[in-house]
Amino acid sequence: MSDFSPTSWWRRFLALPNESRTKTLGVAFIVALVAATTVSVTSVMLKPRQQVHIDAAREAKLAAMIATLPGLADIMRETGAETLEAVIVDLQTGQIDGTLEAAEFDFLAAQTDPLQATALLPEADIAGIRQRPNLAPVYLLQGSDGLALVVLPVYGKGYQSTIRAYLALEGNLNTIAGLSIYEQGETPGLGSRITDPAWLGLWSDKEAADAQGEITITVVRGAAATSSEVDGITGATRSATGVANLVRFWMGPQGYGPFLTRLKAGEF
Amino acid sequence: MNRANLKHLTSPLIDNNPITLQMLGVCSALAVTTALDTALTMSLALIAVLTVASTAISLIRRHLPSSIRLVIQITIIASLVIVTDQLLRAFAFEISQRLSVFVGLIVTNCIVLGRAETFAMRNPVWPSFLDGLGNGLGYGLILMLVATIRELLGSGSLFGMNVVPLASEGGWFQPLGFMLLAPSAFIIIGLLIWIIRTRRPTQVEADEYPILSRRLRGGS
Repeated sequence: MSDFSPTSWWRRFLALPNESRTKTLGVAFIVALVAATTVSVTSVMLKPRQQVHIDAAREAKLAAMIATLPGLADIMRETGAETLEAVIVDLQTGQIDGTLEAAEFDFLAAQTDPLQATALLPEADIAGIRQRPNLAPVYLLQGSDGLALVVLPVYGKGYQSTIRAYLALEGNLNTIAGLSIYEQGETPGLGSRITDPAWLGLWSDKEAADAQGEITITVVRGAAATSSEVDGITGATRSATGVANLVRFWMGPQGYGPFLTRLKAGEF
Repeated sequence: MNRANLKHLTSPLIDNNPITLQMLGVCSALAVTTALDTALTMSLALIAVLTVASTAISLIRRHLPSSIRLVIQITIIASLVIVTDQLLRAFAFEISQRLSVFVGLIVTNCIVLGRAETFAMRNPVWPSFLDGLGNGLGYGLILMLVATIRELLGSGSLFGMNVVPLASEGGWFQPLGFMLLAPSAFIIIGLLIWIIRTRRPTQVEADEYPILSRRLRGGS
């Protein structure tokens, strides 16, 4: 009977010659199991703590982006607005969902929860996100002469990671006021140059759509020629294209398009 | 701790230093030494990974099939590096952002795999632990020395605290921008090696390709 007890089995396993196939596979399996468990447990346990830092960094990025937008500080001083007004938007209908408190809405959870998201057809999914949340937050700033700024949280696939950013539109809902990437995991030194302030600055004052409402904003190789083109980055082609794609997606009919149309029509 | 064990701990500090004698881990030594706080964090991360990796590999050294030896070592080292990186992101977020990829690159740091392969595979657990710790400290010592020089001359500060009056603020000290670039670390490490080898001539390596004198080559 003792032959079947785990301890004697273990002892026989250890007694095997190191070069035997059983031992090689066994040692590889045990080391991989222990290593994978350690890594997973640490990662899961530390996730909430890391998320706090990431959220703080995101808030700081939003504040920093607002600070760089020209004239915004003046508008805020004029209107006495302390911060932006946050609303939750139903992306399908473009209506503001008044039942939800923006501060309590978890946009990140809504992106992955199948109950809160709609699967996208591959041809519509230009941002590479597979499913789109049903609800999304939008930040509005009213100036003395109407809407001054709309900030849209956007995300999409780059070369090897999900790029998350804030896209700020001017009051005409077409001119880009600024773009700020607050989270990405692109190749350091190559794709990660999409976070370079000089490159992000190129997005300011670009037109997202043409006169017919067709979304034309794009990243081109070399230097931009028109007001809907942004210079590409050598060595970061796919990351930069990913940024352009996610901007196009979220400006489009699957993204904030319906809401922007209603907003432009003055429905709210 | 007897004398032989103590030697495992102290000899990598100067006599057998991983950077200045073995020329390992130089890449990260160039990258993270522009400021003392990043250098200190990097040193602590490497000490932790190296010590635990050496101990763990020494623990299982009798049962490692030699055909998959390196794969197992790298698996253990890579797991430890990920754990360290996650800990830094959770508890020292700002500094982990500044270190960017260099904590992750400890996986490819030759010091860790070198100590595992040449020492921990052949020695009992306690000496392996001390050897890992000693080599980590030796690496840390050089990093801190280089970072002190670079931060002091490059930014006029130590651990981010201003120690000399900067010219931009009306003082007399003009920071040397060159010290913040990687080549300056090469030069400082080179000078350190020169000083150490002058004091310890046994470390001087024989010239592999000596320049022959004219007479020996046979004239013309």
